[in-house]
Amino acid sequence: MSKLDLFTPIAAEELPATAKKLRRHIIKMITAAGSGHPGGSLSAVEMVTALYFRVMRHSPTNVDWVDRDRFVLSKGHAAPLLYAALAECGYVPTEELYTLRKLNSRLQGHTDKTATPGVEMSSGSLGQGLSFSIGIALAARLNEQDYRVYTLLGGGECDEGQVWEAAMAAPHFKLDNMVALIDNNRLQIDGWNKDIMNVEPIAEKWHSFGWHTIEIDGHNFEQILSALDKAEAIKGQPTAIIAHTIKGKGVSFMENNVDFHGKAPTPEEAEQALKELE
Amino acid sequence: MAKAIMAAPRDAYGKTLVELGKENRDIVVLDADLSKSTRTIFFAREFPERFFDCGIAEQNMIGIASGLAASGKTAFTSSFAVFTPGRCFDQIRISAALPHLNIKVVATHGGISVGEDGASHQAIEDFALACAIPGMRVIVPTDAVETAQVIREAANIGGPFYIRLPRSSVPLIHSDSYHFELGKSAPLREGKDITIIAAGVMVSAALQAAAELEKDGVDCRVLSMPTLKPIDEGAIIKAARETGAIVTAEEHSKFGGLGSIVSQAVTKNSPVPMSMIAINDIFAESGKPAQLLQKYGLTAVDIKREVISTISRK
Repeated sequence: MSKLDLFTPIAAEELPATAKKLRRHIIKMITAAGSGHPGGSLSAVEMVTALYFRVMRHSPTNVDWVDRDRFVLSKGHAAPLLYAALAECGYVPTEELYTLRKLNSRLQGHTDKTATPGVEMSSGSLGQGLSFSIGIALAARLNEQDYRVYTLLGGGECDEGQVWEAAMAAPHFKLDNMVALIDNNRLQIDGWNKDIMNVEPIAEKWHSFGWHTIEIDGHNFEQILSALDKAEAIKGQPTAIIAHTIKGKGVSFMENNVDFHGKAPTPEEAEQALKELE
Repeated sequence: MAKAIMAAPRDAYGKTLVELGKENRDIVVLDADLSKSTRTIFFAREFPERFFDCGIAEQNMIGIASGLAASGKTAFTSSFAVFTPGRCFDQIRISAALPHLNIKVVATHGGISVGEDGASHQAIEDFALACAIPGMRVIVPTDAVETAQVIREAANIGGPFYIRLPRSSVPLIHSDSYHFELGKSAPLREGKDITIIAAGVMVSAALQAAAELEKDGVDCRVLSMPTLKPIDEGAIIKAARETGAIVTAEEHSKFGGLGSIVSQAVTKNSPVPMSMIAINDIFAESGKPAQLLQKYGLTAVDIKREVISTISRK
């Protein structure tokens, strides 16, 4: 095999600036699209930034490199976040971000594996990503490969029964090469999780299913990196990182505001948001 | 007529998986706590490291299979047809078919001939579910010989497949020299008065009906149609033009199965009188397979009656 052109990780100190860049992309592309999901994209920015720019081994110029670490976006409505990260890493041109949700675009409203370079899984129907990740993790074991699989789930997504089928299966198969990151922003479309369908105590649930469980502030890079580090050291069981996050994080009027779960900002709101993200 | 040799397609499935497993280390098999019934246990015994029992969790099974397929494996999943696709239509649609992954959903216990377990276990909607998914290839093998070939073919061709097998043993229709080809029907009997197009366990009933009709002076063509999708439109149009009438026979609801698909081809290209032997808009019940096939109108006698009435409309 020819020499691999691996993505060069950035310094930990540079992560906040990159996170801000991704947030700006998210606002701009959803505004250009006129629809999309800003709230749940913004809440997971730090986790995705840490993974793509610091933790995962991957190659934007050799997208299908068989030993790459995998990121599986189970909460497919956060596609703008993934696209922003892929663009900043060099998988797609940043100008292309503004084709999001438009006809003939490679950037579908919810992720489509066949459409976008770097997207591992098609999603958009919640609850399916962790099962998919188990398959990827099992393949690594069969092939004696040492890549790792990171799956991002929403807190509300944990309503889906399939999540718990998968949560039961990963420890059963002793898959220590996978990490579930739960973006627990506590809101779902109809309102607060605790009012719609109470998922708490969420960490206890994952723990009782057999996962090594770590609770963190999902916007704190130090805690994210340390949790991902610890996960790598855990043997014989998968790790669940319960990330306490704020929906709409980084834009004052979107924070904890469920109205921005699946609504694009107006051009004026976008301008205000971008000002806050300067 | 000589007594037919009976063989269970699911046995052929299990044995073929073992052969494939020996030839190709990227073959993996998943089941949802039914490996003894689906016969994936043959593979599990031979290749335990490549067999994954997912427990009673079909949705998770399809997702895991999709992840394996996305990582270079050819993944066969098995359960009863009421559970895959019945229980996990969305997972087959999103995790497997939308990314066009190399996953082969093989369901046993299709149709009402499942018998005593009753309506909950009798899949009569699976053709419609599977065929409606873009890019899905849908196959209903006729007998054990064809099943073995279909499984091999599915392993050789990339992308998602749905393959439905019965629970029971069925008469061997094909000889060892038979060659299955995806998207092609198999002419089993020439004839000029009408064509019976049948799938799965209904093929032997169609042949029986044709043999009896011959005594009454009716010359039936019989086509076995193992591939529902992509359908062999050429053979259907030819049958319509050359015989002027068509009767379809399938162990499935009359909505969205073989009859619906054939009638699309016929009405578009060469409208002729047509009739469907299929299950009406009703759930069946517990009973012996033969009793159920009789009560719900899926026998050679039913085919004969429909043939005569359809010819009268020519």
